[in-house]
Amino acid sequence: MKRAGFDNIWLPVALLLPQLMIIAIFFYWPAGWALQSSFYLQDPFGFGSTFVGADNYTSLIGNDHYLRVAWFTVVFSILVTFFSLAIALLLAVKADKVLRGAKSYRTLLMWVYAIAPPVAGFLGILFFDQSTGPMTRFFQMFGWDFKLGVDYNATATAMIIVSVWKQIPVNFIFFLSGLQSIPRSVREAAMIDNRSATGRFWQVTFPLLAPTAFFLLIINITYALFDTFGIIDALMKSNPGNNPMTLVYKVYLDGFRGNDLGGSSAQSVVLMVLVLALTVFQFRLVERRIHYT
Amino acid sequence: MAQVSLEGIRKVYPNGFQAVESTSFTIQDGEFVVLVGPSGCGKSTLLRMIAGLEDISDGTLKIGDRVVNDVDPADRDIAMVFQNYALYPHMTVRKNIGYGLKNRGTPATEISAKVEDAAKMLNLTEYLDRKPAQLSGGQRQRVAMGRAVVRDPALFLFDEPLSNLDAKLRNQMRIEIKALQRRLGTTAVYVTHDQVEAMTMADRIIVLNEGRIEQIGTPYEVYHNPASTFVASFMGAPPMNLIEAEVAEQQVRINGYDGLMPAPAAYVGPVTLGVRPEDVELNNQGSVTFRVDILEELGAHRLLHGTIAEQPFSVLVGKDEDVQTGETRVTLKPDALRLFDAETGKTL
Amino acid sequence: MADTTLEAPAATRRPRRIRWETVGDHVVLILGSLLMMLPPLIALTTASHDAVTIHREGLQLTLGDDLGKNFKNALFEKGGFTKNVNGMLMLMNSFILGIGFAVGKIIISMMAAYAIVYFRLRFATLAFWIIFTTLLLPLEVRILPSYEAIQKLGLTNTYTGLIVPLIASATGTFFFRQFFLSVPEELAEAARIDGAGPWKFFIDILVPLSRTMIAAIFIIMFVFGWNQYLWPTLITTDESFFTLVRGIKQIVLTYTDANIPEHGLALALAIVAMIPPVAIVIFFQNWFVKGLTESDK
Repeated sequence: MKRAGFDNIWLPVALLLPQLMIIAIFFYWPAGWALQSSFYLQDPFGFGSTFVGADNYTSLIGNDHYLRVAWFTVVFSILVTFFSLAIALLLAVKADKVLRGAKSYRTLLMWVYAIAPPVAGFLGILFFDQSTGPMTRFFQMFGWDFKLGVDYNATATAMIIVSVWKQIPVNFIFFLSGLQSIPRSVREAAMIDNRSATGRFWQVTFPLLAPTAFFLLIINITYALFDTFGIIDALMKSNPGNNPMTLVYKVYLDGFRGNDLGGSSAQSVVLMVLVLALTVFQFRLVERRIHYT
Repeated sequence: MAQVSLEGIRKVYPNGFQAVESTSFTIQDGEFVVLVGPSGCGKSTLLRMIAGLEDISDGTLKIGDRVVNDVDPADRDIAMVFQNYALYPHMTVRKNIGYGLKNRGTPATEISAKVEDAAKMLNLTEYLDRKPAQLSGGQRQRVAMGRAVVRDPALFLFDEPLSNLDAKLRNQMRIEIKALQRRLGTTAVYVTHDQVEAMTMADRIIVLNEGRIEQIGTPYEVYHNPASTFVASFMGAPPMNLIEAEVAEQQVRINGYDGLMPAPAAYVGPVTLGVRPEDVELNNQGSVTFRVDILEELGAHRLLHGTIAEQPFSVLVGKDEDVQTGETRVTLKPDALRLFDAETGKTL
Repeated sequence: MADTTLEAPAATRRPRRIRWETVGDHVVLILGSLLMMLPPLIALTTASHDAVTIHREGLQLTLGDDLGKNFKNALFEKGGFTKNVNGMLMLMNSFILGIGFAVGKIIISMMAAYAIVYFRLRFATLAFWIIFTTLLLPLEVRILPSYEAIQKLGLTNTYTGLIVPLIASATGTFFFRQFFLSVPEELAEAARIDGAGPWKFFIDILVPLSRTMIAAIFIIMFVFGWNQYLWPTLITTDESFFTLVRGIKQIVLTYTDANIPEHGLALALAIVAMIPPVAIVIFFQNWFVKGLTESDK
């Protein structure tokens, strides 16, 4: 709050009201409702529900398919996060270094940000097409009979590649702006102290970039968990079958296709807890970051 | 035009911190009063309470005959110039200056005439259609002044208005502000941490320290008869020399030193002896030994830094005075000696 | 350099050294750019061929003759399951979602942020937490109950149901709060002394001051809204409410399930879905980058 705030009562209330109402109706109500229904078993035909305590949760732990999905989500998130961060960092460091064409490179490397995930997924379908896809042929050169939508590992690989590709721009933008915010004087001091460019990068630049990297780590995990829904849905052509999927996709699948309201709600709650943990972690980092700068 | 009176004004923040202790003083109609002190002394809080930007915890504030404790800033008939000018960046100079008038429902033709007048007074006429970002620091300062002047308020409030300017502009604006205030005859309260500004601009200076008034007086009084060691060391550059001494039998003896000088006041016991650097003379027959360590060339003067009886001491001499580092004899002018209580620092 | 006269006898021009390191940097950047650029570009070239060619030979690297035809059909031919929506309708819906979401979000979050930052409000802290808790849970984790809520309110297949729940997150409010906090305090104080009340200050000073911020957040929110997929998929079952991004899967499935899949048409539609957000990001990239990095999402 500002030092000298206004004293009115009704104006701020009126200003806050729209936001608070939308949040109450479309956030708190649904979230509370999810929590509640995760403890109930819904009759498949919509005739009421019975309280089943933590059954929905315990049955998740015993469910092989759920555990498999959870395991895939973990592997998927780690790989997507790692590769998209690594490639983006490499490109950002180079784009920050070159004098000529820096602006053009920035434009070329960031515009994919604006492409919707399902559209990216659709491009993926064509590139990984079983008979004509160039990526399929590329994998066949190594003797891998790549079958998108049929072979579990092939589908998973395609999902990871498209998801990494789609996320590079965001990471690139943040890394580049992080690099550009390092004061010139610090770089010049480092140039005088250390003649090796690689040494300078790891000893001076990278530590100064660490807050950005930590922040991006969280952003990327969130992305891998939630925003890849469109890519995954497109690549499996809405046909789950034996295909890999993430936890969010499973929530959608069980809730909307399987009509397992309680199970789906319990999964939602598990995801909520996961995201809460991530966010608390992030807030603490952000707080630290504020202290540093 | 108005007289401003503070009676027992206090500021206590919700966390219990007392920013300003109970303070009372009266500012005469047309007077230029400067509140001066180190940062955190409460001078800005005091000013902001007068402006109405900060609630008054206790006491009565009057502008003219009206108690204004609970009056909105806009209705106190004041104008304020801020340290960072607080110009509206998206408005032209003309709109910036006229905004307050417009909000008061002044007719457009009158606004435009008044803005033109103010701009002429401040040499801003040719910049009226520019935005603040297109102006130099000095010009922005003038616009801030214009915004205050145009409303013809009962009271000007200045919150360190010159601290963002370079030294040369600052000297120039100091004179301009003072001249303008003289011409308009408007009462003014001016906050600064710069004692040179305080000395040169004020009719009366109020020295604050840790939320307390240390001294109220004309620049001459504050400089020559500081009420405490704090005032003595804060006002004046270089500051007054303060050395430990002892008074007995109408004589002052500097600690660790044998020479005696007549005491300016009847007192017995340990004291802090104050003397301005310009009130010390180099003199072969002088009674005190001064060890010169560093010689600082100031152009019109030379400032000698060193010690007397191991205590830091400085002496201001003319530019032609021939001085070497090392020991020399000096005389402290007897009528320039000031004695302060060694414990409380108050003048004796 | 000007020292040639002194060294004249032995002066030979120093050979221009090729800096291999710089060349390497450019190679990496060019490869990276190709990696990002090629897939959509190939999509464009492929979209210029007829269905049979694409079906038989896959992606095309050269421009064919059917670019105009494919785009025209994609935009104006009625498709989908019900055969009564065309690309233009979906394009319009996408704009309604993108702009409606961005504008709604900006207005609502600016008002809320103003109330939180500039008023001495006893429950300001409470309101802050009520609002900022929403940052914790993205729509995706509460998708099912949110859908139920919309259904109970009878808002499925409406623009309201499509747009308003997406606004129920505090990203914009957080962004504007940060910005308002960075506005110098003295500006509000000067305005108070100038006799501006809270509403006047908001309209006369704060909103004009926020222009760049508003533009930046508009771009980000427009792209975000335009690219929504999961929520529109659930909320709109009536094809006349389909956005491009939501419709693309259905369209692709119907096109590709044919004997000879209409990949050219599907690609043309995908490209139409890409162009507006990509264009806005490229043309306003300085604002966009500023908004993205300063809002910390």
